[in-house]
Amino acid sequence: MWAVFKKEIRSFLGSFIAYIVMGVFLLITGLFIWVIEGTNVMDIGLANMQVLFNIAPYILIFLVSAITMRSLSEEKRLGTIEILSTRPVSDFSILMGKYLAALGLIVFTLLPTLFYYYTISTLADPLQGTDIGATWSSYFGLILLAASYASIGLFASALSDNQIVSLVVSMVLCFFWYGILGLLGDIKALDTIGKSLGWFGLDFHYKSISRGVFDTRDLLYFLGFIASFIGASKLVFESRKW
Amino acid sequence: MSIKVNTLSKRYGAQWAVNAISFSVSPGEIVGFLGPNGAGKSTTMKILAGFIPQTAGDVTMCGLDLKEHSLEIRKKVGYLPENNPLYLDMYVAEFLLFSAELAGVKNTRTALEKAIELTQIVDERKKKIGQLSKGYRQRVGLAHALIHDPSILILDEPSSGLDPNQAIEMRSVIKQLGTEKTILLSTHIMQEVEAMCGRVIILDQGKIIADDTLIGLKKTAKGQSLEDIFRNLTNHVGSI
Repeated sequence: MWAVFKKEIRSFLGSFIAYIVMGVFLLITGLFIWVIEGTNVMDIGLANMQVLFNIAPYILIFLVSAITMRSLSEEKRLGTIEILSTRPVSDFSILMGKYLAALGLIVFTLLPTLFYYYTISTLADPLQGTDIGATWSSYFGLILLAASYASIGLFASALSDNQIVSLVVSMVLCFFWYGILGLLGDIKALDTIGKSLGWFGLDFHYKSISRGVFDTRDLLYFLGFIASFIGASKLVFESRKW
Repeated sequence: MSIKVNTLSKRYGAQWAVNAISFSVSPGEIVGFLGPNGAGKSTTMKILAGFIPQTAGDVTMCGLDLKEHSLEIRKKVGYLPENNPLYLDMYVAEFLLFSAELAGVKNTRTALEKAIELTQIVDERKKKIGQLSKGYRQRVGLAHALIHDPSILILDEPSSGLDPNQAIEMRSVIKQLGTEKTILLSTHIMQEVEAMCGRVIILDQGKIIADDTLIGLKKTAKGQSLEDIFRNLTNHVGSI
């Protein structure tokens, strides 16, 4: 598993896309926090990172899908899947190696946003007046959300040998689970049906964790979500054996 | 027996790609797999390499059942797939170290040195695989197949696309390997079979139509060349 993990990280960092994707992510979040009128910290006047945690889920859809799109589809297209899966490693280890590598890269991309936190905390009045607890729990929620996206991305990548198809499928699925289900939950007319649909969405649980309320049900939801999509990826990945 | 295949079958949809074939390969033998395209050679090799499972039948390799001990067997088998797929953006040494690590080799550095020396790609170790010519890529594929010192080698058209010089070099490497390993290789080049293989298995439409030593084959065919024997056995157009 770790051999695959290392290889994935290395090949991703060796490609040009990596730096573009990471750069774009930091640029957009940076613009929203510091520059764009109405959303920047100065305009809002609150020394917190709520802006980041509100827009990051949408930008992450693109970021994560771009990271995971090639993981399996490229192997299929090149045929290298044949040299990989005839080695003494199980399909599950291959998938986990690839999944964890994607997750590692996402966390790595999120790291520079800690500078925003540092900057904002020095801007606060009184100093250190930022809500540390809320920030950390939001980060935790964001990572769980990204981990869920990554499992969707892995699944999408298993579906096709075309990277672009994988990218689009992954983005659509992520948007559905985060955006659409979240929106349905907010529609008053749908009443309880809408609420229960909303409960199935990622947004509901992400917001709940971000609020700083640590509920094991949310954690279980995320873990179950990730496990389901990794399981589905395994099923598709092994379809050659049918 | 290194490889023992018993009534092995593989079905794709409604079509039987391999239909109840049985054969065995003894340790130290180099066996040539012949047959027209679509005869089921690659499918059989993919099953033996553990890439796809069979629909029916049993395979025993190194005394272990393939279905139950797939991972264990893969440690002892080296496989060079058809068309030799490789990670083109990796460096030769980087790829082979990765390959060795995947195969569970303890001392990957030593294994790398040994493999690149055997396949004569020592000078190419720092090059990107994508930059290599087809001949060198084929050697990288072969180095991948033997880096974990397997006792069985499965080579699917190891010399396809090579120029005559490269093909001859490839043959000498394989022949050298054959002194200590069991090798099953497929090819379309008859001279190659005559130069390397002690035994030939000819497949056609998923069935074995000949399984004999080279000498035996020629004897029954009354001195015909291997090419003629192959044509007579597998050319359906001519017989209509």
